[in-house]
Amino acid sequence: MKLPTLNDNPFMKPVEWMALALLCGLIFCVLPLALDGFRLNLVGKYLTYAFVALGLVICWGYCGILSLGQGVFFGLGGYCMAMYLKLEASSVENTKIQSTPGIPDFMDWNQITALPWFWAPFKSLPLTLIAVVLVPTLFAFVIGAAMFKRRVGGTYFAIITQAIAAILTILIVGQQGYTGGINGITDLRTLHGWDIRTDAAKTILYFVNGGLLVACVLVAQYVKRSKLGRILVAMRDKEDRVRFSGYGVASFKIFAFCLAAAFAAIGGAMFTLQVGFMSPSFVGIVPSIEMVIYAAVGGRLSLFGAIYGTLLVNWAKTTFSESFPELWLFGLGALFIAVVLAFPNGLAGVWRQHVEPRLTRRPKAASPAALPQGAPAE
Amino acid sequence: MNAAILPGATAGDRDFLLAVEALTVSFDGFKAVNDVSFYVDPDEIRVIIGPNGAGKTTVLDLICGRTRATSGSIKYKGTELTKLSESAIVQAGVGRKFQTPSIYDDLTVFENLEISFPRGRSVLGALMFKRDAEVRDRIHEIAEMIFLKDQLDRRAEFLSHGQKQWLEIGMLLIQDPELLMLDEPVAGMSVAERKKTAELLHQIIKGRSVLVIEHDMKFVEDIAHRVTVLHQGKVLSEGSMERVKTDPKVVEVYLGH
Repeated sequence: MKLPTLNDNPFMKPVEWMALALLCGLIFCVLPLALDGFRLNLVGKYLTYAFVALGLVICWGYCGILSLGQGVFFGLGGYCMAMYLKLEASSVENTKIQSTPGIPDFMDWNQITALPWFWAPFKSLPLTLIAVVLVPTLFAFVIGAAMFKRRVGGTYFAIITQAIAAILTILIVGQQGYTGGINGITDLRTLHGWDIRTDAAKTILYFVNGGLLVACVLVAQYVKRSKLGRILVAMRDKEDRVRFSGYGVASFKIFAFCLAAAFAAIGGAMFTLQVGFMSPSFVGIVPSIEMVIYAAVGGRLSLFGAIYGTLLVNWAKTTFSESFPELWLFGLGALFIAVVLAFPNGLAGVWRQHVEPRLTRRPKAASPAALPQGAPAE
Repeated sequence: MNAAILPGATAGDRDFLLAVEALTVSFDGFKAVNDVSFYVDPDEIRVIIGPNGAGKTTVLDLICGRTRATSGSIKYKGTELTKLSESAIVQAGVGRKFQTPSIYDDLTVFENLEISFPRGRSVLGALMFKRDAEVRDRIHEIAEMIFLKDQLDRRAEFLSHGQKQWLEIGMLLIQDPELLMLDEPVAGMSVAERKKTAELLHQIIKGRSVLVIEHDMKFVEDIAHRVTVLHQGKVLSEGSMERVKTDPKVVEVYLGH
């Protein structure tokens, strides 16, 4: 007897292909046609957060590791990009009024007279692109190895990631001469000679960003449907059973955490390019928690849900904070509580439970096996 | 049935599969396992019995690396296990079933078995793992043995308690360990399930050693080659079930009531 779901493990189910097509249609056709340049750039900014939410689906949703410090990786990726752009904007010619021409303006204001050694690699674009992904991923690896090898998990891990986010913010703010301090790295102009401030450049960057996001969705989907994805779910459920089935549990957790960090870093770099600056306000505790809320609202077990959740929460943020700036944070908190209590699987859970069964209209669709991610771990 | 599976139990066999010597573990001064030594032959079924708190589960925890020994040695086919990581012990050929069924509720029976298939255990290996014919055939074969052939597509959380126990035994079988450790495999089972489990155990012991903790004396008599009785962290008695049953020390602390 052949049971269908046993013998084939397709890369994506038909309904997932549909969701991908819908997402591509929305990002590449509907939004660019419907929105003006300013709004499109805003959506592009929101979509950079979607990279973080995507990483959280793998790390938090699938593997059960709640990180409240994803802003660290988003910020590191963004800072790496910003350092390159800043160096390009600080040519000797542009900065000849400084006492030391050729270094970023904030260094000059802080009486620094030579470029610090760790800024040197960011003179090169290829090295910068490598660093954007590598620096945050390595940092995640170090944190992950230190924590997971010692079997620190759950709430403790969440608190430690939050502490790291706070520490990094303080470090960036405190080391003004090296990092630009509280203002961040601003006045960014060109990428390898290409002016990123023009409307045309912003539109191109929006599409590059969308393309990278879809690529990350595909990578995440590959991980999710591989045996590794099922091991992550198994670990969330019964960590000891996985350990005593011969797996090094820590390595798998480190992998999930590093992957989430790499995604966040790409998002951070795209943020810098599209918004034109990077500052510690995207690194700390508050943005990190907001990013978790995006994933929670969208559905922490759904890659597509996380993207829609990010767009929705950010759209709401922009709309409501324009009209009721002081109420927005309360609204966000209330939204988070409501989602956790009423819709633990977020928008994607609502979709799967109420919308999808009506669309597919197959009598068998309601069987338990047809809803593989239907129930949360706890 | 008993007599047919006895040949491995001859005493004096020098090539022990598992040699536990002077094993001691102390938790804040309390010696949960105190100077325990015993030897398991290849193809032997050894049952550990003893009252609650005798240290039975702790002995299994020590062998599989979940708890680290304070002193003493555990040699498996000549390899010292006390220094190895849990996953290395599993890869050396030691499988462990937990007391409460420990399976992955969110995955299907098929996926539960697939994760235990001994291939692609590294991060990269798991990413590249292919669900090929070998894997599928082996899973179907095991599923048939554990009476779950028709349940492969079901989420494991919907199985009955007995079926969950079988699934975990199946997950161990697919690892094909040379030493299988079972912690109360029939606890909480119905009479019918218990009978089926005994049948299953008789079937799976071929070509491997089994270390079982069990309270059900009828079940122990049915399967054991030799019995080790633990009491307050020490070995109280050891030998065939008949011998142990008549040992006055054992009768006093355990079987008497």
